[in-house]
Amino acid sequence: MADARAAFYFPLMRITGQFARMLLVSGALAALAGCGHGQLQPAGPVSEAERTLLLDSTVIMLAIIVPVSIATLVVAWWYRSSNPRARRRPDFVYSGRVELVIWSIPVLVIIFLAGIAWISAHDLDPARPLPSKTAAVNVQVVSLDWKWLFIYPNLGIASVNRLVVPTGVPLHLELTSATVWNVFWVPQLGSMLYTMNGMRTTLYLEASRPGVYYGESAMISGDGFSGMHFDTDAVSPEQFASWVDSTRSAGPVLDARSYAGLLEPSESVKPYTYRSVQQDFFRRVVLQNASPNLGADAAPMR
Amino acid sequence: MTLLGKLSWQALPLTEPIPLYSGAAVGLILVAIIAWVAIRGYLPYIWREWITSVDHKRIGVMYCILAWVMLLRGFIDAMMMRAQQAVAYRAPGFLPPSHFDQVFSAHGTIMIFFVAMPFVIGLMNIIVPLQLGVRDVAFPTLNSVSFWLTCAGALLVNISLVVGEFARTGWLPYPPLSELAYSPGVGIDYYCWAIQISGIGTLMTGINFVTTILKMRAPGMQYTRMPVFCWTALASNLLILAAFPVLTGTLAMLLLDRYLGFHFFTNTAGGNSMIFMNLIWAWGHPEVYILVLPAFGIYSEVVSTFSSKPLFGYRSMVYATMAICLISFTVWLHHFFTMGAGADVNAFFGIMSMIIAIPTGVKIFNWLFTMFGGTVRFKTPMLWSIGFMLSFMVGGMTGVMLAIPPADFQLHNSVFLVAHFHNVIIAGVLFGIFAGYTYWFPKAFGFVLDETLGKWAFWLWNIGFWVAWGPGYITGLEGMTRRLQHYDVAEWHPWMVVAAVGVLIILCAVIVQIAQLVVSIRTRERRRDVTGDPWGGRNLEWATASPPPPFNFAVLPNVHDQEPYWDMKIYARETGHLATPEPDYQPIAVPRNTPTGFVTAFFAVLTGFSLIWHIWWLVMVGLVGAYVTFVVFAWRDHDEVMIPAEEVARLDRANRAARTAALQQGALA
Amino acid sequence: MSAPSSALRTGQDPYHLGHAPATGVPEYTGHGAGGPAPKRVVVGYGFWLFILTDVILFASFFAAYAVLVHARAGGPGPRDLFDLRTTEIETACLLLSSFTCGLASIAVARRSLLWTEVALAVTGLLGATFIGIEIHEFARLVAVGAGPDRSAFLSAFFTLVGCHGVHVTAGLLWLGTMMAQFRAKGFAQNIRHRYLCYSLFWHALDIIWIGIFSGVYIIGVLMQ
Repeated sequence: MADARAAFYFPLMRITGQFARMLLVSGALAALAGCGHGQLQPAGPVSEAERTLLLDSTVIMLAIIVPVSIATLVVAWWYRSSNPRARRRPDFVYSGRVELVIWSIPVLVIIFLAGIAWISAHDLDPARPLPSKTAAVNVQVVSLDWKWLFIYPNLGIASVNRLVVPTGVPLHLELTSATVWNVFWVPQLGSMLYTMNGMRTTLYLEASRPGVYYGESAMISGDGFSGMHFDTDAVSPEQFASWVDSTRSAGPVLDARSYAGLLEPSESVKPYTYRSVQQDFFRRVVLQNASPNLGADAAPMR
Repeated sequence: MTLLGKLSWQALPLTEPIPLYSGAAVGLILVAIIAWVAIRGYLPYIWREWITSVDHKRIGVMYCILAWVMLLRGFIDAMMMRAQQAVAYRAPGFLPPSHFDQVFSAHGTIMIFFVAMPFVIGLMNIIVPLQLGVRDVAFPTLNSVSFWLTCAGALLVNISLVVGEFARTGWLPYPPLSELAYSPGVGIDYYCWAIQISGIGTLMTGINFVTTILKMRAPGMQYTRMPVFCWTALASNLLILAAFPVLTGTLAMLLLDRYLGFHFFTNTAGGNSMIFMNLIWAWGHPEVYILVLPAFGIYSEVVSTFSSKPLFGYRSMVYATMAICLISFTVWLHHFFTMGAGADVNAFFGIMSMIIAIPTGVKIFNWLFTMFGGTVRFKTPMLWSIGFMLSFMVGGMTGVMLAIPPADFQLHNSVFLVAHFHNVIIAGVLFGIFAGYTYWFPKAFGFVLDETLGKWAFWLWNIGFWVAWGPGYITGLEGMTRRLQHYDVAEWHPWMVVAAVGVLIILCAVIVQIAQLVVSIRTRERRRDVTGDPWGGRNLEWATASPPPPFNFAVLPNVHDQEPYWDMKIYARETGHLATPEPDYQPIAVPRNTPTGFVTAFFAVLTGFSLIWHIWWLVMVGLVGAYVTFVVFAWRDHDEVMIPAEEVARLDRANRAARTAALQQGALA
Repeated sequence: MSAPSSALRTGQDPYHLGHAPATGVPEYTGHGAGGPAPKRVVVGYGFWLFILTDVILFASFFAAYAVLVHARAGGPGPRDLFDLRTTEIETACLLLSSFTCGLASIAVARRSLLWTEVALAVTGLLGATFIGIEIHEFARLVAVGAGPDRSAFLSAFFTLVGCHGVHVTAGLLWLGTMMAQFRAKGFAQNIRHRYLCYSLFWHALDIIWIGIFSGVYIIGVLMQ
């Protein structure tokens, strides 16, 4: 009969499917753990803490989900209509003890995770300074259409589509947008944060080892959004200092006029640098008067 | 201003092959269908029995048809997206950004507003009055208006394919990108007016169903005797009432910015785009519970029917449902943890988001214990339910992970997030819709769907879904963000190819479902549901014939407990005759059919289209037309039709005879 | 679950639902178990729900206003713009119109066509006066350069108060239609149900206006 076939195939295929799924995911995770350039290969204290959170919460949730999934399959299969051995209990519609357990399990798990959420939300608040003996490097980030401008106010230089940072030193990032919302994200370094016109958000990150880390915008901002990839070069403090020196020796100047050029929409821009930056430039971008030829809405119409 | 506002020949996609050919193809298909219908002489029947119908069963079926058609359109968008991302590794792909952005925006908008909502509302329309033991919803003509306004919105979105363009901002138009300065075209306007028009329809549905469930039930049906599907329908419609006005207000503010130069969300003159985020997600989060709660109700019905056992923990389920209903209003900020609200605010909303997982988990356990001790039959609806339980849990798990703010700081807007919400919407809402579709199809049409093809569809959807979205979880954890038209990270590419294979498997599943429908219609005489109860149902919808007569019940049943129909069957089996004796048949008044809904929607489309293209005189025509329609409707003298007692008797006696015959053969399960 | 032999009342429809009205005392009381409610209750309840959704719509505009009230882009604020005298006159008109609407309800209950039409006409006149004053005020603001496109505060103000004005205008249109319907169809049951909805609507608009009057005008003039 159709039902007997279903009773045989069903659990077999479901278990196979479930197993295959688990293999796929664990294989993928194994593959990911070694190579790759994402959140699971942290290169700084923030992303390390966040990866711990991701893995720990996964394990905690799996501890609930795997037994419940198995129980679902077992119960469904055991109580199939063609099983003569199953004890049918058509009146089993309420049990105080069962209710207590099935409410308690989610409640306890959530209480535990809520504690984790509260503590980690405070520890990893983007605006919370990272502890360090050295002073933080200040970087001011402006998202434009469709590229990134990184200003180093204390060093008087700026860079487009390439962020160079020293390892082992906290980065104090201030973010804004020249036009529409974007999201500054370097997965291997840690938290992402919105960039919004007329507003300034604060983010602390740190690179603990040298490397080139993939950076992107994580919010659709128009036709050129997919090209807003930028590299984050984490180098030793000495190499950073020499990069700063070489940047100061050549290249254009960032002022109102060159900024007006930056405001013109362009995509997949090759990285370049500015050898000097007009005083207090970022503040003027935030206050929407960094360029004199702009009218009401702070950017040319697309 | 010219006579046609901004409309000109440039609005047609004459230089863009994809929208041009697909638009032409759809146009030809539509013309062919209408021609076939007209030539075969079905037009009067369709006008009389369907288009002007105010019967909740007919309206519900039409909602489901709309949803199915739009599912195909939204799915084609999905295939285009998967194809683009499979090939666009260090390559431009075949969809330039201006198109790709419209494709993913249309995909999300259509799937949420014109597939999931209509399907869920359609199933509630067909079944809730039957389960409550009454003749129709509280406001039948308003019901028809709701349906046709939803169609009007769907039509506008589809017109944007060939006349003008659609939004490019994603399915929610965040400012400042959606403001006139950065989206000067008509795309956002198409989106906003389509949603505003269909939103009015949805709001009317909320009013209709809350009134029906709270004020119109069979005698004896106290709240604690209502089927769980009706409780979830109540919770969902309460959410509609509370949330949709916020959507209307927020989109109105965006439209005022765009049309009249207001400064709600602009970058300058004091505008604040963060308000949009808060308001739109204050609607957006309850919206997903509007979708999933009725699905949970369907699972409750299906699992108890196919376990031949009442639902375990009825009161628990009710409390859990209403708790979800309330808590869903306290979690909206988890959609923008990364906006920088500060640790206290983030933590609060994160914890509230986790708390909502508690009643959801309780429901899963209750379904499990419903099967425990039952007699489980693995018909297609039951397979969908079990598949849901397994897959949805993963989606729920990833949701709880995302609710931890610092975890979200690394997952927000990544493909992991997209995989999460596809997980909960497909494995939660869509599987529930398919379970309900298969389960209640015989009630609506009088014959059962083919079981083998149904099982094939289930397996293909299940496997296809995981092959399509398992990679999403993986690439999301490899740093891939969403909505990329092209990318240059090697690790992501193979997974995007796998995902494209997954969507092809789902395509096979959809083809099988279409085949199932065609085959079932062709062989329907073999699979007739003669008694009205093909599955061994437990609630009152199965006490009617399949399909039910226009008046549903010849006399409203008296209800003494939960699962009143199951009680009736036990009594019938024990005594050898039907639980209710043949009544003294009386004529029954049913609401009169009216073209009000259809005509209102016509003027709505006219008004929406002319607002989009700035054809101001036509806007006035549309508004005046809508007002005149209301007045004409309000002026009619006869709003009911009497079904004579002989007709009532004929229909009811036929069903009673079939049931008595089945009872005597021992076949009334 | 109860045993089937106990008290399973077999199907006769003691309330004659679906055709003649109920006679006798319903056996099930409380928890809404007496069968479908009468049409008047259903219509009124449904319309109440609609009014609640309208209140939520206004709430979203109120929320936006509250956030944006200080966003003046260097332009004028409430203190510079609002004239409380005008607002008092508007309020008086609207409150009075609610009173006359109530008088019309009494006239409807008494089935007096003359007094219904008179009371409704006065209601309409008072409502139209309210709208006239409001349009005049808006025009004045635009003329002094304080239109809705000047700043976010003004956008929020015009939208909130304007939305109420649009509702009042729609109410006047509805009022005119009701007056015509009373003339044409008399006091039929469905017309009276519609009038019930209309009066709920009109009174609700009054309540919203009190919120606007207090939250926008009075508080606006009091704050910096």
